[in-house]
Amino acid sequence: MSDKQSLASVEPKADKGRRMLLLAGTGAVGAVGAGFAAWPFLASWKPSARARVIGAPVEAFIGDLEPGQLIRLQWRGQTIGILRRTEQMIENLPDVNDQLADPSSENEAQQPPYASNLYRAIKPEYLVINMHCTHLGCVPEFIPEVGAQPFEQNWKGGFFCPCHKSKFDLAGRVYSGVPAPTNLIVPPYSFVDDEHVMIGVHSEGAV
Amino acid sequence: MAKPASNISRQLSNVGAWIDERIPVSSFWKAHISEYYAPKNFNFFYFFGSLAMLVLAIQILTGIFLTMHYKPDAAEAFASVEYIMRDVEWGWLIRYMHSTGASFFFIVVYLHMFRGLMYGSYKSPRELVWVLGVLIYLVLMAEAFMGYVLPWGQMSYWGAQVIISLFGAIPVVGDALVEWIRGDFFVSDATLNRFFALHVIAVPLALLALVVLHLAALHEVGSNNPDGIEVKKNKDSQGRPLDAIPFHPYYTVKDIFGVGVFLTLFAFVIFYAPEFGGLFLEPDNFNPADPLVTPPHIVPVWYFTPYYAILRAVPDKLAGVILMGMAIMVLFILPWLDRSKVKSIRYKGLGSKILLAVFAITFIRLGMLGMGEGTHAQTIESRIWTFAYFAFFILMPFVTKYEKTRPEPERVTK
Amino acid sequence: MIRIAFSIALLAASSLAWPAGGGEDLEQAGSNVHNLASVQRGAAMFMNYCHSCHSAQYMRYQRLARDLDLTEEQVNEYLVLGNREITDYMIAAMPEDAEQWFGKKPPDLTLTSRSRGEDWIYSFLKGFYLTEDGWNNTVLANASMPNVLWELQGIQRPVMETYTDESGEEHSRIAELEIDQEGLMTPAEYDQALRDLVAFMTYLGEPAVLKRESMGIWVLLFLVVFTFLSWLLYKEYWRDVKK
Repeated sequence: MSDKQSLASVEPKADKGRRMLLLAGTGAVGAVGAGFAAWPFLASWKPSARARVIGAPVEAFIGDLEPGQLIRLQWRGQTIGILRRTEQMIENLPDVNDQLADPSSENEAQQPPYASNLYRAIKPEYLVINMHCTHLGCVPEFIPEVGAQPFEQNWKGGFFCPCHKSKFDLAGRVYSGVPAPTNLIVPPYSFVDDEHVMIGVHSEGAV
Repeated sequence: MAKPASNISRQLSNVGAWIDERIPVSSFWKAHISEYYAPKNFNFFYFFGSLAMLVLAIQILTGIFLTMHYKPDAAEAFASVEYIMRDVEWGWLIRYMHSTGASFFFIVVYLHMFRGLMYGSYKSPRELVWVLGVLIYLVLMAEAFMGYVLPWGQMSYWGAQVIISLFGAIPVVGDALVEWIRGDFFVSDATLNRFFALHVIAVPLALLALVVLHLAALHEVGSNNPDGIEVKKNKDSQGRPLDAIPFHPYYTVKDIFGVGVFLTLFAFVIFYAPEFGGLFLEPDNFNPADPLVTPPHIVPVWYFTPYYAILRAVPDKLAGVILMGMAIMVLFILPWLDRSKVKSIRYKGLGSKILLAVFAITFIRLGMLGMGEGTHAQTIESRIWTFAYFAFFILMPFVTKYEKTRPEPERVTK
Repeated sequence: MIRIAFSIALLAASSLAWPAGGGEDLEQAGSNVHNLASVQRGAAMFMNYCHSCHSAQYMRYQRLARDLDLTEEQVNEYLVLGNREITDYMIAAMPEDAEQWFGKKPPDLTLTSRSRGEDWIYSFLKGFYLTEDGWNNTVLANASMPNVLWELQGIQRPVMETYTDESGEEHSRIAELEIDQEGLMTPAEYDQALRDLVAFMTYLGEPAVLKRESMGIWVLLFLVVFTFLSWLLYKEYWRDVKK
């Protein structure tokens, strides 16, 4: 600063107050402007109208599902499983509670409120589940058989992730002591009628 | 004066010193910004250098975001542009910024070049500043041309067809060269794909490198000014020019004001006239490219039309291409054509003033004629103005050498 | 002094006549894309009269709901073609062999307002007339498109006049078009219907136009404030600089 004062061409004025005020004002308005200008660029990364159309709800026909059968379908690039549980499967669910990390689905982010129950489902018979492991996104194998497995002596049926050995029960609840931190996600879904499920549309007034 | 530094600021200055010992940040800042001394008498025309850099930054930023949604594929390109305009959030704004930015780039660059012509900024010792500038202009034209091909509309397609065919005028190798540039037997997907690669990475890299060199050369010799006298001739005891002021803060605040005015005009066009009456976005380019249908009226975008008029004025393919090429190439030797004792038009004689005024009119008029339909009358008129264009360069050595100049002042004037 | 001379020179250059263009005499459409009711009426007209043959392949029906202030149900009921979903692109109902009916495929209309212009569409749709040789059009001679709006407009016939060209030869040309058989609409009603249609097609060519022009003023106001502040700042700093 002292150098500049000795310049022949420039003679800094003593009063700096107005200058600082204007500097702060222009800077602040400029920063707000830069923020506004940044928004369109950041927002252009959001799913486009086309992506949202492609990601529209998917309807699945479940009228011919056998008890114990799982079907897979794609919604927004995710593998969604629909499992028609047998009565035995439903009865067995509470048996593994003590081995689970979050048996009563207290983590609200993992399922919509209408699936926040023991079955993690609107109707206990039908499990609608996003099959991607909550660890790093692999799709676990569906192993419904009850009995000793290489990874678990006392297996009651469920999902087993081949990538990093995470285990989930038949309601997609995660076992404790595995890499996956949370239960499998229940996507938004609703019943159109008894034979059709709409994936991607929240259920209204479901119990 | 100095207050006891707080702990935090002392730590920060330590970090600063640590970095400075390893990278010359503060000496660079001093040499090029805070202690780069620029003449204090810059006028309106001196906004356009920094504005050109601003537009370059806008083009690179918006361009990067457009590549995220654009498809360089002859079957999908046109639709992907409409996808950007309709389906991508704010895509229309980013696209209009880019398309309007292209035209504004040339407006700014033309005014910047005109400034150089007026005040003799190309004369010794700034010949290389000028030559590098002309190179930037040349590369910018290539960049703009290839960018215009990407939307793959009718004008994109037929513009590419015409411009690439210019190379076919070269004897012997012409046809082979054209085929090599296209990568096919007609302007096709292969052409689009390579133009995309060149437009988004190769040419911008060259452009950036040239801008760095342009600035390096400028900062080596120092800025010229409207009086065309060297401020370095009058220095104080510490070797600082008496008629110059530190670029920062004086020209930074002035340029920020310039940026404000520029952005206001820029935004006006983006929001209220993005097609600019068909000059910035041509109506025919809203039709997808169709190799089977030639539009009745093919014209390049406005910034190429002066040269297009020269091309059309010549009734011979090879001669036309050569003359058009010369119209641009002659700019490179301009520093050696001006033999005046003075730099600025302010002190040159009447001859130089008339010459420059006629040249400015010529350039604008050629641009207008290049947009015309090429009727007989227009062709004849184009010939006259083409002659005037070259007369500027041919007459310059004689006029500047023999005309009577006014004495330059010792110090810069207001 | 020099600045004045240059201003005069530039003014002189720019005031030279623009090279004459061979544009047809088009009537001004005078449509307004910001008139929501007009655009909505135009949308209905487009769907009823144009869309069975012409696609708008870059546009999705769904967007009409959002931009034209309609519910998706309304769009589904009144605007979407029978066998299409609301999320579909606007592809015409016409079968693939349509080309044989008209000699060429009906062009896509998404961007016609931008490639041809509003006035062209307006004048074209007003310019159909009937002679002994069949239908023709004043804007696009021998257009392969039939006058699908003739029931609304009525049937126009040309009134010819003779004129002498530069070389003294006599030619005849159309002086004006006259309604020969009245349509369902009066000429004024028909013009308004076309204005609605053109307003819709302007929107169709660039859906962003609505947002663009409404938000632009705020951007400009903001920039004016910023520029004013930066001007004050510039002047403040430059008080330091000695004359």
